[in-house]
Amino acid sequence: MQKIKSREKKLRMQLQCPMPKLDFDVITLGHGSGGLLTNKLLDSGVFDLLSNPILDTRHDGAFLELEGKTAFSTDSFLVSPIFFPGGNIGELAVNGTVNDLAMCGAIPKYLSLSFIIEEGLKVLEFWEVLVAVKFACEKAGVHVVTGDTKVVEKGKGDKIFINTSGIGKVHSKANISASNIKKGDKIIISGQVATHGMAIMSVREGLEFDSEIQSDTTNLNHTIISLLDQFGESIHLLTDPTRGGVATVLKETAQSIDLGIDIFQKDIPIDDQVASACELLGLDPLYVANEGLFIAFVAEEVAEDFLSELREDGNGLHAKIIGTVTEQHPRQVILESAIGGKRVVSMLPGEQLPRIC
Amino acid sequence: MKYLSEYRDPELAKKYLEEIKNTVSRPWSIMEVCGGQTHSLVKNGIIEMLPKEVTMIHGPGCPVCVTPLNLIDKAVYLALEKGVILCSFGDMLRVPGSEKSLLEAKAEGADVRILYSPLEAVKIAEDYPEKEVVFFAVGFETTAPANALSVIHAHRKGLKNYSILASHVLVPPAIKAVIDDEKSRIDGFLAAGHVCTIMGNAEYHPLSAKYKVPIVVTGFEPLDVLQGILMVIRQLEQSQSEVENQYARIVREEGNVEAQKVIHEVFEVQNQMWRGIGEIPMSGYGVKSKYADFDATKKYEVSIEEAPENPECISGQIMKGIKKPFECAQFGKKCKPSNPLGAPMVSSEGACAAYYHFSGMVEA
Repeated sequence: MQKIKSREKKLRMQLQCPMPKLDFDVITLGHGSGGLLTNKLLDSGVFDLLSNPILDTRHDGAFLELEGKTAFSTDSFLVSPIFFPGGNIGELAVNGTVNDLAMCGAIPKYLSLSFIIEEGLKVLEFWEVLVAVKFACEKAGVHVVTGDTKVVEKGKGDKIFINTSGIGKVHSKANISASNIKKGDKIIISGQVATHGMAIMSVREGLEFDSEIQSDTTNLNHTIISLLDQFGESIHLLTDPTRGGVATVLKETAQSIDLGIDIFQKDIPIDDQVASACELLGLDPLYVANEGLFIAFVAEEVAEDFLSELREDGNGLHAKIIGTVTEQHPRQVILESAIGGKRVVSMLPGEQLPRIC
Repeated sequence: MKYLSEYRDPELAKKYLEEIKNTVSRPWSIMEVCGGQTHSLVKNGIIEMLPKEVTMIHGPGCPVCVTPLNLIDKAVYLALEKGVILCSFGDMLRVPGSEKSLLEAKAEGADVRILYSPLEAVKIAEDYPEKEVVFFAVGFETTAPANALSVIHAHRKGLKNYSILASHVLVPPAIKAVIDDEKSRIDGFLAAGHVCTIMGNAEYHPLSAKYKVPIVVTGFEPLDVLQGILMVIRQLEQSQSEVENQYARIVREEGNVEAQKVIHEVFEVQNQMWRGIGEIPMSGYGVKSKYADFDATKKYEVSIEEAPENPECISGQIMKGIKKPFECAQFGKKCKPSNPLGAPMVSSEGACAAYYHFSGMVEA
């Protein structure tokens, strides 16, 4: 089902945004020179695709009117492979920064978009990434207002790297800070863990395995805004467990407050296929990367209402309360295993490496 | 999840724990030989749930931990200096060699790839005929059939650019070495279920008979481990010493005969160095001379001096159960997962890393 959806999405994108006819098939160093070729590339449709009044001025930078408290975030994206089940690096780059702003309790508005392209990237692939950027922006309601394109020699990149920075207006009811976390706060996760990381893993060279796992990359800003409308300052912290996964984010949070965190393995939502893939590869899903997922620390008294509201949202169908903030064991995260044993959750010293047996 | 969730049932786990508590009457030390079981004990928080009379000792069964330093140096050398595509299981990459790990070699530009199967390495050798491909064939008897099969496949395909850097260790001689050490005080063993899946149980009967120790072939899920512990304790309390099979849903008495044939086609038993322990007679597999062309140690003339182990690391005593990780002066101080002095701190299956995570030490 997911696969069909993904295919439909791609087809729709191609029909709505057919690639312009060009006299080059691959990106070369000249396309990043700032000269004629750069203009040719940008004029071929990049500006049209992402058109909005601010971008259309084509000035060196964007002029923005900002009022009130503003959030600003930046992120670089270097996923390999750049096309993966459920998406590509383009939408990841938009959603990533949009979600970082949403985690600040902000309403994302403007993005910058910079490409570092490895010489030899097919223009068709670049186009596909751009179209994904366009649709992700439309879905999130943000505008690309400034950007840059550089090309590096073959072998000095990995097809394409993208950096996005974003600006958003902080929601009037938002007061997001780890320092607001209190004893008894409930820890709510918005969906199933490890999906994105395992989707990427399933197509990574040397590790490929058959699965229908699709990345869960999506924008969370609309979901967050509507929760902030309702629960305002009762939402103490929002955070997205991307790199390092749920375990790392919770451990970071615990270390930044003088309280402890208890989580319960039986409550952590995970898709059956994802869980099986993790078992097979010897990976702990708690350390696998996520994309369209967030963790909220909310006041105990609103937790149940928050959860039922979130579950009404398409991005929160599998949401669950996975833990509690406690005065016991400050700065530590303790996980109760499925059989009731307890263990300390710590950060990994590096990337999670698959085990031999 | 089918075939897994059944073995993680919290109610049944409680029953086993109750039964262990009711059975045990005095202190016993039980060694789980396999790193996979250590991992399960730690991951599921089982150690803390056991009654205080039961002490679990983490044995030498982490292949990553016992791979000789010299061999890691060779792998690093082949990857960096000889320009081979060096393929490896994931957790070998972080193990420190005398100068650097494979992960660091990769950062310096070596082509180091993480694979799940040596057969994928054979495919890489086919895809890159102009490159030499070496698979770092590490493991116990469990990974030996696939590693051997990769050699057979490469031979059949007539590949000249594939070889393996083998460091295969065997469980029964290791158990014997642990018992023979006069300082070790192990009352019973959980044998490694997956090793026995391949090799069967035959080699364990003489051990339990000679040394009067119970040996229970045990699986890896929490209920497997709990049941294995219970079976050992029941034997100990009744002064029995037999080989029992807890993992009967997978392990047959004779093992996997086909897999054994493949192993014996390619490998022969030889003396083997164990990192931290030293040489154990007839405790490893080497590539037979008829497949010498696929043996990286013969194919490449690599003479790397034996580098001394870090003198502050007491991993040998730890893997024999003579000392606990926290009895090491450097545990959690100089030696941490982010800066391991010795191999048991590297893999999550290593005894020191397991204790480190379990104790909740926070990395600064």
